[in-house]
Amino acid sequence: MFEIFGIPSQALFGQLLLGLINGSFYALLSLGLAVIFGMLNIINFTHGAQYMMGAFAAYLLLHHLGIGYWEALVVAPIVIGATGVVIERLFLQHLRKLDPLYGLLLTFGLALVIEGLFRNYYGSSGLPYQVPEALQGGRNLGFMFLPNYRAWVIVLSLAVCFATWFAIERTRLGSYLRAATENPVLVRAFGINVPRMVTLTYGFGVGLAALAGVMAAPIYNVSPQMGSDLIIVVFAVVVIGGMGSIMGAIFTGFALGIVEGLTKVFYPEASNTVIFVIMAIVLLIRPAGLFGRGA
Amino acid sequence: MMERVLDASVQARRRDRDVSLGAAFVVMVAFFIIGPFVVYPVFLMKALCFALFACAFNLLIGYVGLISFGHALFFGWASYLTAYAAKTWGLPPELAIGIGTATAAVLGVIAGGLAIRRQGIYFAMITLALSQMMYFFALQAKFTGGEDGIQGVPRGRLFGVFNLANEGTMYVFVLVVVLAGFLLIYRIINSPFGEVLKAIRENEQRTISLGYNTERYKLVAFVLSATLAGLAGSLNSLVFQLASLTDVHWTMSGDVVLMTLLGGLGTVFGPVVGAFLVIAMQNYLAPFGQWVLVIQGAIFVVCVLLFRRGIVGEIAHLLRVQL
Repeated sequence: MFEIFGIPSQALFGQLLLGLINGSFYALLSLGLAVIFGMLNIINFTHGAQYMMGAFAAYLLLHHLGIGYWEALVVAPIVIGATGVVIERLFLQHLRKLDPLYGLLLTFGLALVIEGLFRNYYGSSGLPYQVPEALQGGRNLGFMFLPNYRAWVIVLSLAVCFATWFAIERTRLGSYLRAATENPVLVRAFGINVPRMVTLTYGFGVGLAALAGVMAAPIYNVSPQMGSDLIIVVFAVVVIGGMGSIMGAIFTGFALGIVEGLTKVFYPEASNTVIFVIMAIVLLIRPAGLFGRGA
Repeated sequence: MMERVLDASVQARRRDRDVSLGAAFVVMVAFFIIGPFVVYPVFLMKALCFALFACAFNLLIGYVGLISFGHALFFGWASYLTAYAAKTWGLPPELAIGIGTATAAVLGVIAGGLAIRRQGIYFAMITLALSQMMYFFALQAKFTGGEDGIQGVPRGRLFGVFNLANEGTMYVFVLVVVLAGFLLIYRIINSPFGEVLKAIRENEQRTISLGYNTERYKLVAFVLSATLAGLAGSLNSLVFQLASLTDVHWTMSGDVVLMTLLGGLGTVFGPVVGAFLVIAMQNYLAPFGQWVLVIQGAIFVVCVLLFRRGIVGEIAHLLRVQL
């Protein structure tokens, strides 16, 4: 035990870890929002609800089908991603030529429908989800206690974020994607099925949200409203980072999680609001966001 | 200036517009006068407050094309300050409402100044985030009463004369204020200032090149909208004698978006119709619990996909008049 700025190291590193955990979710969710926004020019307000659906998918798979955490990590994003594909085909594709605000309104409505349905069937209280056996317990690092599951969440989130970055910035498919973002008409002229790519991109972004949901299930309780408060913070993260850059979204997510964790140590009253305050300051100094290109 | 050079056909169209709008206004006022004899007055007063709230919101989205997802910030904080001034300081209602509305105006300057630095979709996210921040302040601040809110707010005597504890007197007061706010908004959107706002909505770059400082116009519109939303919140807190966290929560911002969308974005009477429908729905469907949320969400989806003009917008389109 030692102290830093009069704070016991246990408390400091504990909150830093919590910050990193929150940051993992901010990064995954803002990454998904950025990917979707890039292709569809829509801010996916349903993102929080889809994160919640991911967590519920893990819960339902376990309790009704006996499918555990590891399988859920793969199955839930695919299933929820598939619902995303349906949503894109049914609703979002009709909005392509309209003002982007209609996309916002529609996805907001969908979020209300989904949250309302889940509240109807599962109430507002949280449902517990066990940490998988292989990741129970933790290890003592000397200066702090590190629960295995939390370490896993951080590592997995980083891995998924970088894999996504690699896929979009360094592969052929990613280059099609970026090209279609810049000029869809021209890319179609080259014989690439852009509408299908848009649909799959939405499905992929939704899958990322669902994956975050599965990862969150053992940490936070599974509850219908777990997504709606989180998504507002993620919006602030997106405003701070700007949606122009994948790496920017990942970095901003983690950094803000850490800042939030530190605030919890030094000035707990402000921990709920610190990200919004940072957003206000960034808007004053760099209106386009830290990594943004233009407004 | 512009009026003098208009040709006869434009003048005729204006006359038609004045006739249709005037007729609709008369119908609306008649409805409000007969209303309390048919429906529970507190319900009507609530709907009236939200009608003003939605009209204020519509000023931004309908005429400047800016979508705020954080209008609960102004509604809720005005409601808190009015309740606090009336209860703790014992101020008369006209001053309490003035303080609440002024608070909303100041918050409007701050939030608007930040939000107009970004365009379109970012604007929505920024307003939502700022209102969430102020929600947490309301949750933590001592004077707001946290989860309990400020209860038992006295309505007091208006100008020391009219006893607002009387339901009828209160109704007349709310009706007069809401109608005044409604007419003020109508005046704003039909003023030269309002024409510039519409120009910004249609083509901001072009408006800039015509020499208008669009940022300033947007800010003024935002502050006006916030102030009127605050006026609605102040009134609402006196009607219910309560200011609570519900008023500052993001669901309230969502409600006002729904009212305006359902009634018709950018129509004069749409927000009023939307407010009455949504409040009635929340009232009568309350026993069904969470289904209200599902139905509200479904209305959003249906409005966006099938009738983007909203109810009043569709009627106006069918009758080929402006409403």
